[in-house]
Amino acid sequence: MKEYQTITEISGPLVFAEVDEPVGYDEMVEIETPQGETLRGQVLESSDGLVSIQVFEGTGGIDRNASVRFLGETMKMPVTEDLLGRVLDGSGNPIDGGPEIVPEDRVDIVGEAINPYSREYPEEFIQTGVSAIDGMNTLVRGQKLPIFSGSGLPHNELALQIARQASVPEEEEGDDDEEGSEFAVIFGAMGITQEEANEFMQDFERTGALERSVVFMNLADDPAVERQVTPRLVLTTAEYLAFEKGYHVLVILTDITNYCEALREIGAAREEVPGRRGYPGYMYTDLAQLYERAGRIEGKEGSVTQIPILTMPGDDDTHPIPDLTGYITEGQIVMDRDLNSQGIEPPVNVLPSLSRLMDDGIGEGLTREDHGDVSDQMYAAYAEGEDLRDLVNIVGREALSERDNKFLDFADRFETEFVQQGYDTNRSIEETLDLGWDLLSMLPKEALNRIDEDLIEKYYREEEAETAEVEA
Amino acid sequence: MSQAEDIESVDEGGVIESVSGPVVTAADLDARMNDVVYVGDEGLMGEVIEIEGNLTTIQVYEETSGVAPGEPVQNTGEPLSVDLGPGMLNAIYDGVQRPLDELEEKMGSAFLDRGVDAPGIDFEREWEFTPSVAEGEIVEPGDVIGKVPETASITHKVMVPPTYEGGEITSIETGEFTVEEVIAELDSGEEITMHQEWPVRRARPSDEKETPTEPLVSGQRILDGLFPIAKGGTAAIPGPFGSGKTVTQHQLAKWADADIVVYVGCGERGNEMTEVIEDFPELEDPKTGKPLMSRTCLIANTSNMPVAARESCIYTGITIAEYFRDMGYDVALMADSTSRWAEAMREISSRLEEMPGEEGYPAYLAARLSEFYERAGKFQLINGDEGSISVIGAVSPPGGDFSEPVTQNTLRIVKTFWALDADLAERRHFPSINWNESYSLYRQQLDPWFRENVADDWPERRQWGVDVLDEEGELQEIVQLVGKDALPEDQQLTLEVARYLREAWLQQNAFHDVDTYCDPEKTYRMLGAIKTFNDEAFEALEAGVPVEEIQDVDAAPRLNRMGVADDWNEFIDELESDLKEQIRALY
Repeated sequence: MKEYQTITEISGPLVFAEVDEPVGYDEMVEIETPQGETLRGQVLESSDGLVSIQVFEGTGGIDRNASVRFLGETMKMPVTEDLLGRVLDGSGNPIDGGPEIVPEDRVDIVGEAINPYSREYPEEFIQTGVSAIDGMNTLVRGQKLPIFSGSGLPHNELALQIARQASVPEEEEGDDDEEGSEFAVIFGAMGITQEEANEFMQDFERTGALERSVVFMNLADDPAVERQVTPRLVLTTAEYLAFEKGYHVLVILTDITNYCEALREIGAAREEVPGRRGYPGYMYTDLAQLYERAGRIEGKEGSVTQIPILTMPGDDDTHPIPDLTGYITEGQIVMDRDLNSQGIEPPVNVLPSLSRLMDDGIGEGLTREDHGDVSDQMYAAYAEGEDLRDLVNIVGREALSERDNKFLDFADRFETEFVQQGYDTNRSIEETLDLGWDLLSMLPKEALNRIDEDLIEKYYREEEAETAEVEA
Repeated sequence: MSQAEDIESVDEGGVIESVSGPVVTAADLDARMNDVVYVGDEGLMGEVIEIEGNLTTIQVYEETSGVAPGEPVQNTGEPLSVDLGPGMLNAIYDGVQRPLDELEEKMGSAFLDRGVDAPGIDFEREWEFTPSVAEGEIVEPGDVIGKVPETASITHKVMVPPTYEGGEITSIETGEFTVEEVIAELDSGEEITMHQEWPVRRARPSDEKETPTEPLVSGQRILDGLFPIAKGGTAAIPGPFGSGKTVTQHQLAKWADADIVVYVGCGERGNEMTEVIEDFPELEDPKTGKPLMSRTCLIANTSNMPVAARESCIYTGITIAEYFRDMGYDVALMADSTSRWAEAMREISSRLEEMPGEEGYPAYLAARLSEFYERAGKFQLINGDEGSISVIGAVSPPGGDFSEPVTQNTLRIVKTFWALDADLAERRHFPSINWNESYSLYRQQLDPWFRENVADDWPERRQWGVDVLDEEGELQEIVQLVGKDALPEDQQLTLEVARYLREAWLQQNAFHDVDTYCDPEKTYRMLGAIKTFNDEAFEALEAGVPVEEIQDVDAAPRLNRMGVADDWNEFIDELESDLKEQIRALY
């Protein structure tokens, strides 16, 4: 391994060095500062005689006499089943004081794309126990469903609730292999605060979830460049556990916004032509390389399901980060500030939320025959109620027809009874759907135009309708 | 150079000078623009995109991690081409026409490795060839010389390549042949096989372009009914995420009455492509009853596949479409999404440090887009036959803002605009095509067809529907201020009729077995049933019946069930007579 002391320029997170032997693109680099500190980096651009290196830990302490070593290989993640239960830093080194990790394999962290021909279409319902998700925006195994949130909203609580409760109902009944239905949780923190990290760790420890989890921590004061690597380590580990070891893996990545900020920082340091709002033009491709590493593969036991969390700057979903994410992921769960201030837990606004894989994961034999229709109808009814609220502000409730008043009541009860459930309640899909019928039965039968007539016959509650009638 | 050939005749080798992502520069490479080259020790496929002095810039179609300066570059001396011949239907390709099923086999893994090549069509397989011309006949370029039953529903026509001179046939074979065996010889010395190659960036030749007069019937009520596209037409579907672009594209790929469908998944989700691969073989063509896959060619470049291959996948798709057009077929090409294609251009352009145009897109964005859409149309072919290519491009504007460059440049070219609307999607009004913003400039030229083939008063009835929806739009503004009950009764009734138009007619459930495809005849009759309700209701209103009573007639909500009714003709007959009877009983 050749060592160079040929640094010509240091700028932000980048170091430029002259070389006399060819160096591969993306290759790993070690830089030793005169103080004896070793920093790691990656080749960003390699040309004959000159390479630019992106340093993960930041370029602090490097001077032109620092020595540069090229390791001759791209970045690898040491993987083994023993990673479960471990806590690692953002570069994959253990920080829990446990034993050294003895890898079974070392895998390139820049994952290769899954051949669409080899994929298996995800259609296994995951019961999260959260009505707003199970009932209205169903999650399935192998899906990537982000949480669009804002600063100060309880997205972490929701993510933790999902991590705790997620299960696949059918397998529970098959009871001979109870652990099989549990998810291995891989948690990747990017630039979150120590306090938030503690929140997650305490919950993992309290519920005993840690032993089936791998935690990667890049905290707010860790180098930003490292954030580029952390999610790739997370997903490489996830893919290994899912497709080599047969685990069903749930990946939680938080916070994607910090990841994108890091991307922008590096882009700026490289003096690239910026795209929208200063983010690099390749951000779509870059994010896709993370999100697309979810799914199922034909003939393999395991699956990778992703729940990335992102905080929308200014709660604006047209900001490039949520926007590009929404174009790649299979839907989104949107947190709402108004619902949050009303004390709704979790404050999920179902109207802008969406699960693209829902239709194939629900229905007879999967969840329940009426699931699709009930969810459609509740969407439509809630949207109508929501519209009427604007009108009520102007003309008052008395000016509205009886039908309209029922929709208004529906919208209120939908929020306070259906969405509202608290972070410790675990509702089965039957409970969720029955609750849905409780609410839908407030409305006259004729108004249920999205539901099949046979299903109305079977599930509609005449008593509810009568009580609603009396109250009105 | 297509991937079919081996890299043998390579002597103009160069050396890599620098590597930055998908962009590699090489020195001492003797190459022309757009030549295909093999880069590095692993032989990664790339294309020459810039030549400056001794330096050649190459965009590489595969991951470049680990590629180092000093490694060799070999030129094939030929531009990026596709292999054309029997075997393309029922296939699924990546952006440079490598069959994904074959790649899985060759790589022995579910993950896409690099440096592996596979020809676009099977060179081993034998096809049954039946000549349609005899020895001694004179054939010109483009002429069909014989047929191959390619799939259950499509006959592949073997043509004289357009680059040939043509001449008298000196010998022609019958029987089973591979695509490379000579099946006919001409007196000019030219030999014809079932295999052709064509550079993707050049349009295949045709004679004149004609004005399209026949609709591409999609089985989607809002499209056929309000905003039809012609066979040989162009359409754009812009919309924010979650508004149903992909579902609309899938619906078109499933039900459009084209002979051949080329579906290009450009920079989209892997699972979506898998859905198509899994679903299509099980779906039946409503016309022929054959599996839909047997008329479909899929091109999948998912968002995490190399960006340069995303740039080329659109061209690969349109070239394959042109080849089938040359056989006289009506081809429909769906591109989902052209924004990803534009972004791939932007990414490559910025790595080349070109001067950016609007929002960082290269200045040639508009030119590339129009070049692509111009390859659509209804054509007089060089063999005198007719064929068409309809292009339907999805656009993914950032933030759902239609003023961005890709949407705007697309709208300047296409003649049909289906604007997807996030508000409609949020209330689960699907397809969430906004009827106020969308338009189709083909309406006029397609009306005669609809008059002749569906109903004589099709345009008038459509206009009635449009008028009611327009009026509703205006009334809704007032309702927002004063509430519905403050309106006069006739306007309340209009709102009710418009509600049925929206809920029963415009909405269509893509996931319902019956509703997913709606015959134009049924589209027409459903609209008729709502009009019957409208006419009867207004007469009753004039006779002094209060509007609530009219709205509450038992039969009215059944309008919402028309879409899912299987035996729709009887259902609508009965519904119309019930409506008449019940409303007339009120006065």
